[in-house]
Amino acid sequence: MLALDPQALSHLATGRTVALVSGTNGKTTTTKLLASALPTTDGAPVASNFQGANLPSGLVTALAERAGRGPAVLEVDEAWLGEVAAQVLPAALVLLNLSRDQLDRHHEVRHLAQRWRSLCQGLAPVTFVVANADDPLVAWAAAAAAGQVTWVAAGARWRLDAAGCPECGGRLSFGLAAPLSAGAGGGLAEPGGAYDDGHWQCDGCGLSRPAPDLWLEQDGANLSACWRSGPRVALKVSLPGRCNRFNALMALATAVRLGATAPEAAHALAGVDEVAGRYSTVSAGAGSAKLLLAKNPAGWVEALDMLSPAPAPVVVAINAHGVDGRDTSWIWDVPFENLRGRSVFASGERALDMSVRLHYADVAHQVEPDTWKAVAAMNSRAVDVVANYSAFQQLRSRRLLPAPGAPK
Amino acid sequence: MTVSVALVYPDLLGTYGDGGNATVLVQRLAWRGIEARLVPVLSSGQLPSSCDFYVIGGGEDQPQSMAADLMASGRRLERAVGNGAVVLAVCAGLQLLGQSFEANDGRPRPGLGLLDCVTSRSERARAVGELLVQPGPEWGEGLDLVTGFENHQGRTELGKRSRPVGQVLRGVGNGDGGLEGAVSGRVWGTYMHGPVLARNPKLADLLLSWVVGPLAPVDDARPTALHDERTGSALAEAVSKGGARGWAEWAERGRRAWGAVRERW
Repeated sequence: MLALDPQALSHLATGRTVALVSGTNGKTTTTKLLASALPTTDGAPVASNFQGANLPSGLVTALAERAGRGPAVLEVDEAWLGEVAAQVLPAALVLLNLSRDQLDRHHEVRHLAQRWRSLCQGLAPVTFVVANADDPLVAWAAAAAAGQVTWVAAGARWRLDAAGCPECGGRLSFGLAAPLSAGAGGGLAEPGGAYDDGHWQCDGCGLSRPAPDLWLEQDGANLSACWRSGPRVALKVSLPGRCNRFNALMALATAVRLGATAPEAAHALAGVDEVAGRYSTVSAGAGSAKLLLAKNPAGWVEALDMLSPAPAPVVVAINAHGVDGRDTSWIWDVPFENLRGRSVFASGERALDMSVRLHYADVAHQVEPDTWKAVAAMNSRAVDVVANYSAFQQLRSRRLLPAPGAPK
Repeated sequence: MTVSVALVYPDLLGTYGDGGNATVLVQRLAWRGIEARLVPVLSSGQLPSSCDFYVIGGGEDQPQSMAADLMASGRRLERAVGNGAVVLAVCAGLQLLGQSFEANDGRPRPGLGLLDCVTSRSERARAVGELLVQPGPEWGEGLDLVTGFENHQGRTELGKRSRPVGQVLRGVGNGDGGLEGAVSGRVWGTYMHGPVLARNPKLADLLLSWVVGPLAPVDDARPTALHDERTGSALAEAVSKGGARGWAEWAERGRRAWGAVRERW
């Protein structure tokens, strides 16, 4: 359709309220969360590319499938955000995080941040920005927006790609700052203080985290989203892992700015428990497998955090196609040592790379390139499967076939 | 004795997973009952000059220049090398240990001069992909074909005081004369990620032997399987790109090239 009409995206977006979601990790999940929480006035359905087709052709398809004037929530590849924004004139730009992804594509992450900053500088006044204040590259890019930015303390646990200040190249330091609200620790406090506060600043030029407008507070099992302006709302997130709490917070901030009430939006967010097959549990042989997608080091750190408690068995599967990055070296930045004591299979087309990583991490394991065979070999009721992009897609497409060994 | 392995500026030169080389070195010592200590040195800290090993990785342009500035002040790495330390420097690490490299503003800037090579920005398309190298005979019988993944825009010319790791069979390497890497004494520079020591256990042991002497064997079934898979797939690509030319011709080409290389040094 793009070939027929280069303006297709622009035409299909005309008259709609459009939110664009971008970032290295969490795009698909945040898009689904936001689409579910968005207020719809006259019952017009929300158009969205839930399945993650995030280049212009995929966006055109998503809009064409739900033609009309209904709102749209679109995830957009980080490198395409500028072009897409120029065509659709979005109401909201949701900027999640930037860290390194496919190593061999040499989209140096700083270069992407620079392009986002140029985009923000040129934004029309009708577009507002919701940005992760905890990610230095994102905050630097978003700060260039003329309009009001909603700063969300949305976490940035992965810091290896942000050592240099995006403004001056100076050294960034991370750590505790003044509490965000009196009486609370600020940020997402975890038992044992495992996570830092998201504050950061440059030792050189003084660039620092913008004061967050919205953050999470945890009291026992209860999670609340707190606005600097005063309101707070209980937040329940059904998706596993720390990163999804932050994705939900970004979606909440955006939905509220687009006119949703906070309690309604929070209620809708709680209903999302699966995203394009991710986090879903599928039957496999005699048991079941929980499927987790992790595409890059930052994503793997979060995924290992979502595993069922040890010693639950785990299959880790990687491929190295173009979409995955053809260089597998990144697996050495992920703390696979944490898998010690579990039953582990190394799997995927590059199972041997994973096997060597596990070998040096002193993780006893077996090798089975076929991921479903590995799951079946576990002979366990519940297996967690973590896979990178194309390995995950292969798994999902085969899930439609009879489970291995199942009677025909 | 405790062998100390410094991982140099992982916050600046940690983009390509090369820190795994330090993990490999420490584990291969530990498996042999040799006490080993990993010493991560962040850019905010001072580089020690007393470690036995220094592992330097690849990074983006701006952090590479920052790392070069930090390492130039104090000349601590030069002192360590003078005392016999072994250095493994990958990609940006190789470039900044040379005589000079081209910074992101297009100007040459001085490197540490531990390797005799000069790096400029290559006019060719970025070198991205599997890199397979026939190592030179001076590294001994034990060193197999060396496999890695390259991802760079550099063209590295060797001077007389550095020798290459070997002859490129598949990939680009230095982008000058079909050679890969730069080695001077105990400083080993390469364009190979992977990480290179994870894919090449014999190279890991060669570098370790320079510090601790002859090594007892360890169970290398898994690293060897990976080495052979990567080597085999790169060879298959090289041969298929070469059309009817078979493996024998590649081997002959490697021998001829080595004759020429030996004459040059």
